[in-house]
Amino acid sequence: MKPINEVRSVITPLNRKNVDTDQIISKEFLKRIERTGFGKYLFHHWRFQADGTENKEFVLNEDRFKESKILVAHDNFGCGSSREHAPWAILDYGFEVVIAPSFADIFHNNCFKNGILPIRLRIEEVEELLTKGETAPYTLEIDLEQQTVIGEDGKTYTFDIDPYYKQMLLNGWDEISLTFQYEEQIAAYEKQHA
Amino acid sequence: MPKTIIEKIWEQHIVYEEQGKPDLLYIDLHLLHEVTSPQAFEGLRLAGRKVRRPDLCFATMDHNVPTRNLPIINDPIAKKQITTLEKNCEEFGIELADMEHPDQGIVHIIGPELGLTQPGKTIVCGDSHTSTHGAFGAIAFGIGTSEVEHVLSTQTLWQSKPKTMEIRINGKLGFGVTAKDVILAIIAKFGIDVGTGHIAEYTGEAIRSMTMEERMTICNMSIEAGAKAGLISPDETTIEYLRGRRHVPEGEAFDEAAEEWLSLATDEGAAYDTVLEIDANEIEPFITWGTNPSMGSGISANVPSSEDFADESDKEALKKALAYMGLEEGTPLSSIEIQHVFIGSCTNARLSDLRAAAEVIAGQKVHPNVTAIVVPGSRKVKRQAEEEGLDKVFLEAGFEWRESGCSMCLAMNDDVVPAGERCASTSNRNFEGRQGAGSRTHLMSPAMAAAAAISGHFTDVRTMKLAHA
Repeated sequence: MKPINEVRSVITPLNRKNVDTDQIISKEFLKRIERTGFGKYLFHHWRFQADGTENKEFVLNEDRFKESKILVAHDNFGCGSSREHAPWAILDYGFEVVIAPSFADIFHNNCFKNGILPIRLRIEEVEELLTKGETAPYTLEIDLEQQTVIGEDGKTYTFDIDPYYKQMLLNGWDEISLTFQYEEQIAAYEKQHA
Repeated sequence: MPKTIIEKIWEQHIVYEEQGKPDLLYIDLHLLHEVTSPQAFEGLRLAGRKVRRPDLCFATMDHNVPTRNLPIINDPIAKKQITTLEKNCEEFGIELADMEHPDQGIVHIIGPELGLTQPGKTIVCGDSHTSTHGAFGAIAFGIGTSEVEHVLSTQTLWQSKPKTMEIRINGKLGFGVTAKDVILAIIAKFGIDVGTGHIAEYTGEAIRSMTMEERMTICNMSIEAGAKAGLISPDETTIEYLRGRRHVPEGEAFDEAAEEWLSLATDEGAAYDTVLEIDANEIEPFITWGTNPSMGSGISANVPSSEDFADESDKEALKKALAYMGLEEGTPLSSIEIQHVFIGSCTNARLSDLRAAAEVIAGQKVHPNVTAIVVPGSRKVKRQAEEEGLDKVFLEAGFEWRESGCSMCLAMNDDVVPAGERCASTSNRNFEGRQGAGSRTHLMSPAMAAAAAISGHFTDVRTMKLAHA
């Protein structure tokens, strides 16, 4: 997986609570056996009308957000199904960072396995970002090493992240290779519980 | 110090622990299905890795399988996913109950049926409803495909220790109130994310008097309250369910295992990080009216109005949900008409669920405006139901009697609710488009779905039951 540290981009404000993974990637796209190419299906039923034309009302379809790498959403982002196709679609579409006041556990975990940085900020901070981002294009600079989020107006936020997952993201490590270093402990556990 | 069952099982499975790192946990059972596994197997192949413990894996086909005209799959992409699982299981030596195998069924229904699900185990599957297996006193949770690959290659997972939560149901359930009503009421009362970061244990008199099948319904929807997993301490009901099942020990070994299982139960006086309580007598038959499982009410209520919510974002969420659902504020729930009924899913497609629905519809006819299907949770459930003649009860009433699978719960196969139409569903999620683009899902118990099938609108099943009595 690709390492991630500094990301600078306009934010895409998705002002909704409880965005579930069924909305992020709908079930009709889960039949594919590949791991790539899900970006074009991201938020499909919100992005497109039934006749296949773009829904102009939906935030991702606004020109000013087309190059955005940072998605900002409300509480409990990624709830519901465990489908990893959701983070695959988010990453493939071009988002590298998701900011929200809270994330559902499985989705949060899945982000770390794919080089997406999920950032939890306080509710009032996220709401401030959503308002700024909706009013005019608003650029954030994210620094994972420093654990900071800095707005174009100089407003600075800090965030917490589990040190284990921070290292994984910074280095783009393959977790399975890391775990193989504990082969001895795994074998001992199996012997003891056989 | 007294411990919860959550702490006991967790501690027993730590392979390695170190300050500043998640725990490396051993996984006892890995269940697989066609949708979330192909990329994991491909990852193994690309890295030249093997499956560490194929004997601890078990696979089936459920999400994509057709529920009629087996084994023909018209969609070539779906078909490829099915054949890919076959090839992967063969290549890596994993036992598979394929589409036409007598053990086939929804992965969370067959695990317990076969006795693979046992107290004290750590159980994972690339599926969020893995929490179902917690009913046996196991730590069972859904994982993503990268973690599926990790478990395949190492039989372990790095996991940060979750907080513990007790959800206590005080008192006895009233007449006509089921396990589904209880879990829907819990989610509505405490919210869709109350369990985030926690493993929840369900306790109380109402839980103790439930059968294993009812307990599975409760644990199944733990994820709908945001919990990583949900479980119930084992007791005699658990032991009796497991006795004689294929993968459990026999004879003396069973008695020894049973003793060990019972000792896992939460100790008297153990403390939880969070405690939630609900009174059984405040729960009535429940249905959802919105676009997430917490948007539900008792059947005697009306669709909420924006005045019912203080928070602006909740008012906005209500407006969006009702616009999608095609509902007006203040409408009595019992007046809402439906076009579809789905009795199925890992939440409510076990034998007792089918019996409960059959009891309500026996001798009556499905409303002319309604298309109703029954999709048994497994081939075994289907066989047992047919032995009892339940298939005839459903068919005579005008239901369709299908083959087992996930079916209309997520509509990955051909079982789809058309846009704008309304479905009374015994499944677990009412998200936008869940049962088909533009479809409108209302979650409820099998008995309530059966009542709606007959009357053509949501109906308090207790009134129908009383009329029968």
